[in-house]
Amino acid sequence: MDERIEHAEGARAPVIEPGYTFGTVTDKISSIVLTRPMSNGWFLGFGVAFLLTMMMLYAMAYLFVKGVGIWGVTIPIGWGFAIINFVWWIGIGHAGTLISAILLLLRQSWRNSINRFAEAMTLFAVSAAGIFPLIHVGRPWLAYWLFPYPNSMGVWPQFRSPLIWDVFAVSTYATISLLFWFVGLIPDLATLRDRSTNRGAKIIYGILAMGWRGSARHWDRYETAYLLLAGLATPLVLSVHTVVSFDFAVGIVPGWHTTIFPPYFVAGAIYSGFAMVLMLAIPIRKLYGLEDFITELHLQNAAKVMLATGLIVGYGYVIEAFMGWYSGNRYDAFTLWNRLHGPYRWEYYALLMCNIVIPQVLWIRKLRSRPIALFFVSLVVLVGMWLERFIIVVVSLHRDFLTSSWGMYYPTRWDWMTYIGTIGMFLAAMFLFVRLLPMISIFEMRTLLPEAEVKE
Amino acid sequence: MQIFHRSTNTISRATIYGAVFLIAALLWAVLELQRSPYITYAKVARPQPVPFSHQHHVAGLGIDCRYCHTSVETSSFAGIPPTKTCMNCHSQIWTGAPLLEPVRESFRSGKSLVWTRVNDLPDFVYFNHSIHINKGVGCNTCHGPVDRMPLMYNENSLQMEWCLDCHRDPAKNLRLRDQVFNMRYEPPSTLKPVTLDGKEYTDQMSLGADLVRKYKLRTVTDITSCSTCHR
Repeated sequence: MDERIEHAEGARAPVIEPGYTFGTVTDKISSIVLTRPMSNGWFLGFGVAFLLTMMMLYAMAYLFVKGVGIWGVTIPIGWGFAIINFVWWIGIGHAGTLISAILLLLRQSWRNSINRFAEAMTLFAVSAAGIFPLIHVGRPWLAYWLFPYPNSMGVWPQFRSPLIWDVFAVSTYATISLLFWFVGLIPDLATLRDRSTNRGAKIIYGILAMGWRGSARHWDRYETAYLLLAGLATPLVLSVHTVVSFDFAVGIVPGWHTTIFPPYFVAGAIYSGFAMVLMLAIPIRKLYGLEDFITELHLQNAAKVMLATGLIVGYGYVIEAFMGWYSGNRYDAFTLWNRLHGPYRWEYYALLMCNIVIPQVLWIRKLRSRPIALFFVSLVVLVGMWLERFIIVVVSLHRDFLTSSWGMYYPTRWDWMTYIGTIGMFLAAMFLFVRLLPMISIFEMRTLLPEAEVKE
Repeated sequence: MQIFHRSTNTISRATIYGAVFLIAALLWAVLELQRSPYITYAKVARPQPVPFSHQHHVAGLGIDCRYCHTSVETSSFAGIPPTKTCMNCHSQIWTGAPLLEPVRESFRSGKSLVWTRVNDLPDFVYFNHSIHINKGVGCNTCHGPVDRMPLMYNENSLQMEWCLDCHRDPAKNLRLRDQVFNMRYEPPSTLKPVTLDGKEYTDQMSLGADLVRKYKLRTVTDITSCSTCHR
């Protein structure tokens, strides 16, 4: 484990810069919440995000009054922005779970610097995602019909439909993510409780810390519970987006009906999720002076994950194109032709640029250590992954089997307001999170210190 | 300094554990409320412009359902009688009764009485009386003991689960066509067997199963299909 202590010339970057002790790690992270003065920048950023959230609520209120007719969805494209954005947000959430659960089980200790805010990102992304299917049902006040309960209609949801699988997948995912995040927070909440001087803060953090005293018995139970939750969360990284991909793959629409979808969706989810992690980590480490904790190693590793998952996504595109030709199915072949030559070809070319071509710069080691370059590559990947869902939803639907039912999709201002509004809501929640909770896990960071090495 | 009192330990345990039961109880209460007369008005008599008593006219006087609800066998709508139907008798009897003044006023002015509809299905449901009558569903199977209702109320919830309860297994409610308007009908038993085509039936299920065939009911798949009722 010399990478944790040594930072020799030419060696890998350390997971935490040298010179820290238990005390200084705790001071540094908890001071962001407890003693750091509120900056104008924070207020400005939160204010903008809050205004965008209000815009989303306005767009949704108008939707509830007028109905889905204000959106661009129409036959043959009945899915449009709501489903595109749902899949995009759900995918982004996946990186948080991968980092916190799978990397924990694989003993990748570098995750300790980024798991906390990556999990927060998951929660907020799932919240943003969850809005879309609910408002897409047309009568959102009846959205609870999605759940199987002994209703007075005497009917159950159609359990053979992937849409009900989605309800279970996403609600399980949201629940486990919340529990995992909260359980991981408990020891740090106790630290904040003990360190805050304000009585109100003491009470709030005290209630949330659930009586944590840090006794050996507490730690023993904590470790067991955390590992169990990690074990529960691990399959979800693969299953949730698999089920989301079934929403398409189980349908018979050309461009949807393909077995490559589950792995290709999961890879795409992690791809976009790590892009979002980088887009959040890069400004956060700069603004809050956390370069010592979120080091070059983290940027390198996240970029490598993006590169790997991006290549899997690229493989998915190649196989889709190959099957379009190899299957001999004229509708599949037409779908491929239509992507390349149809009215949405520019979106498809942009998708190939954003998801396949541009991210290849991540092969360059030097570039992976340059935060600004990484930030922009991540932005490009997020745009690319959004375009991917646009291509899957819109381009597959707008030219189906019958030429008489062909059409075009034009999103309206309400579509855009809702979409951009959810980005605002996501950012507003992130702004509150970095201000109110320790954005890096204090106690897990301390285990990375040389001090934590037990000498026999 | 301690910010929390010792009792917080107990309170937090009790609330976290109790929340499970509280939420379960709330959900149960909502489901009960949804099926209660508060929502369905089942067995709640509604005020009417004239306190017409089915009990008096059906059980007391022995008037057949079809005397007033004339189109029940041939139409989706059973029919609400015009004031003239009332006046067939009430031009001769109880001619001065103050209770019947709205009826006479309606007859004089030609303006219909405005009854409060009791068995009212939502507008998104297509319902046809004649098909039910002709397949052997008795009036009182759905409407209850109308001959014992001084004021009209809906016997059943009219909720979809109630409709489906029969549509999923119609045999349990079928009777011979000539018994449909019999308000005191009793299903076949060993004491009172029913004879159909020379065969004697002593229980509802075997009679029902044969009536399904005899009256050529559509399959359960057909009559529980969404578009059968939601057209």
